[in-house]
Amino acid sequence: MNSPAPVPTDHASEIGYYQKRKGVFPRKIDGRFRRFKWLMMALCLLVYYATPWLRWDRGPYAPNQAVLVDLAHRRFFMFAIEIWPQEFYFVAGLLIMAGIGLFLVTSAVGRAWCGYACPQTVWTDLYQHVDRFIDGDRNAQIRLQAAPWTPAKIARRLLKWSIYLTIAFWTGGAWILYFADAPTLTHDFWTGQAAAVAYATVFVLTMTTFVLGGFMREQVCIYMCPWPRIQTAMLDEKSLLVTYKDWRGEPRGSVKAHKADDAKLGAEKLGDCIDCLQCVAVCPTGIDIREGPQIGCITCGLCIDACDRAMVQTGRPRGLIDYATLDDAVREKRGEAPTPILRTLLRPRMLVYLGVWSALGLAMLFMLGARTRIDVSVAKDRNPQFVTLSNGSVRNGYTIKLRNMEDRPRRMTLALDGLPGGALYDDEMDAAAATRVLELAVPADATRTVRVYAVADRAHAVPQHFGMVLRALDSEGGGARRDTSFTTSQGDAP
Amino acid sequence: MMTDPHTGANSRKRIDEPTGTETMGHEWDGIEELNTPLPRWWLWTFYACIAFAIGYVIVYPAFPMLHSGSKGLWGWSSRGALAADIQAEDARRGPQMAALAAVPIEQLPNDPKLLRAAIDGGRAAFKVNCVQCHGAGAAGGKGYPNLNDDDWLWGGDAKAIEYTLTHGVRQDADKQTRTSQMPAFGRDGILNAAQVQDVVSHVRVISGQDKPGASAARGTALFAANCAVCHGAGGEGSRSVGAPRLTDAIWLYGGDRATLTETVTNARYGQMPNWGARLSPVTIKMLATYVHSLGGGEDAPAASAPTAPATAPAGTAK
Repeated sequence: MNSPAPVPTDHASEIGYYQKRKGVFPRKIDGRFRRFKWLMMALCLLVYYATPWLRWDRGPYAPNQAVLVDLAHRRFFMFAIEIWPQEFYFVAGLLIMAGIGLFLVTSAVGRAWCGYACPQTVWTDLYQHVDRFIDGDRNAQIRLQAAPWTPAKIARRLLKWSIYLTIAFWTGGAWILYFADAPTLTHDFWTGQAAAVAYATVFVLTMTTFVLGGFMREQVCIYMCPWPRIQTAMLDEKSLLVTYKDWRGEPRGSVKAHKADDAKLGAEKLGDCIDCLQCVAVCPTGIDIREGPQIGCITCGLCIDACDRAMVQTGRPRGLIDYATLDDAVREKRGEAPTPILRTLLRPRMLVYLGVWSALGLAMLFMLGARTRIDVSVAKDRNPQFVTLSNGSVRNGYTIKLRNMEDRPRRMTLALDGLPGGALYDDEMDAAAATRVLELAVPADATRTVRVYAVADRAHAVPQHFGMVLRALDSEGGGARRDTSFTTSQGDAP
Repeated sequence: MMTDPHTGANSRKRIDEPTGTETMGHEWDGIEELNTPLPRWWLWTFYACIAFAIGYVIVYPAFPMLHSGSKGLWGWSSRGALAADIQAEDARRGPQMAALAAVPIEQLPNDPKLLRAAIDGGRAAFKVNCVQCHGAGAAGGKGYPNLNDDDWLWGGDAKAIEYTLTHGVRQDADKQTRTSQMPAFGRDGILNAAQVQDVVSHVRVISGQDKPGASAARGTALFAANCAVCHGAGGEGSRSVGAPRLTDAIWLYGGDRATLTETVTNARYGQMPNWGARLSPVTIKMLATYVHSLGGGEDAPAASAPTAPATAPAGTAK
């Protein structure tokens, strides 16, 4: 372990079986990681709030919302892709890709997800800006926290919490728009006509956002979230981590101590760390990165920004706290140059993850392109398996499901393949009109269930296998075939 | 050596060197426990759960008592919830049931939605009332007609099926019941054993199972004298008296010689309850619609045509 020797905690006596949350009041900071965090936050919030309002023309028979999880009709729309429940493996594939993507990112640059893109991080960050906007920066916040509950403090707290609630409400409100037509639902929501489940969902998400983003914050990351534990297992000695370079910084000492140190030449030199505690002050989870890698570090890089600033101000080279791998820590300690960052990123493990990830993506794209939008399923009646008719012919019943996954009505034919002397009719036709080729209309984006009877005359009524062939009648064509069997009093097909 | 966690614990607390964490003061064979405190809010959620549990057992049934459980303040019970569900479902179906009651069964096909509802309702009622004899797939069995086929003893249009269901078959309690009685030709001595065999031979010839022979030729005259009055001169049957058609491929009891001999000798007397006495008219309408939909249902006008000529020869034969 490269962490400095543990300081015997002076609060040992105050630790009981339960620990009170220590307030975290991160100081405002600017720098490249902060700017990247701003960018990611803006991007994430924009995607989250704007996506339901994007439109996508699918013609008159399907909704025109670009991204829509239509639970009521069991359809999932995502731009040009429409997924039916039986194609849910596409969604599963997306989730697996997301998982492997996380492996890739984590083993390359550590907990980047936690630091920049996780909703808990984004909303906590947003709420911490609200804190600064209402209460002022770190020191003002600490003062106000310690102040007695005067009317002025109560007013300020109520104002802040009402802003919390407003943000939380917007968050919950945006969520439901993914599950119904956004403009219609917004109108219905405000006129009191939306479904009860919409209001309940908004309420629950408002409250969870309010509590988790406004008050629980880093407690979620440290105590509730399994991801920090899982990620720890994914990191290796070549993963980039936010690292305090203790071999350069220690022993630490204040600027004053450094000046005294510089005066006596030849004495044991102090390290570069001036112990300004800026890295602790800006940390959104309130940890001290100088204690080494720890579960509370979400690798947002804000301490790098803070430390770089302090180093520049005191005329030292930047990067006392920086992204570094454990391997490089060992090399730098020995005075060797660190591995070039590209070599770290393009190591075999990364390439394998990237390969698996891309292969999955390509396979899914191929399947999306090759999947059929027309299908038929045939379920033969099992009770009764056959019916002998008075003229000696034999009838078998089938439940046919015709699947039209195009967003327009289609006419199709269902034809017998095999079953000589046989004919088909459905339960809306007269048996006398039985034919070898049924013509059926299937509504847009729907499955039509039809009861179909196959009748074979007395001379041909023997147990046998045969096929039912579906064909689309429009220019696009396409079709499907299913094998089934014919049963008579002589038994099942061999 | 074990330390009493209640008394001697505090004196043995110390900071663990490698982790910098306080120990609990427990030690078992040199293994010590570190104090990693729970966050306090965790404790509050635990208390909140306890409070919820207390509230739950007060408002919901919880404690077993001598004769029954505690009722709970809200008076909820699964039985009551079921009753409420059934009531809600009845209320939901109310208008549909009223519409079904108002529309005569032969006009149901004009309203496909109502027809579909009637078939679905009939399917459910069939599973409760009819499957015991007619089977889950309505395929019947020996003595119990297969309702999927196109052969009907008393008429296969929806109205005839509804009538048969309402009044039953051979139910003395119902004045309008479908009834008839085939004589026990053998048992009552109307035909002797040889004559019975001749009649059976004739029936097997007209049903296409045997080739004509001497016995069948003798049977032809016997059939004309004894059977044609109900079954028709050619064995085409008569729905007005529930006399089966003898020329087709469907046999209620069996078309082999032994079974036919048994039938002609002792006759049959199949019965069905008059469901009008047990089920509501709407339920019977739904049942009839369902049975009619099973694949053999006949159209109303077509049904009246064969019935009329079938009764005519029976009448003239008398």
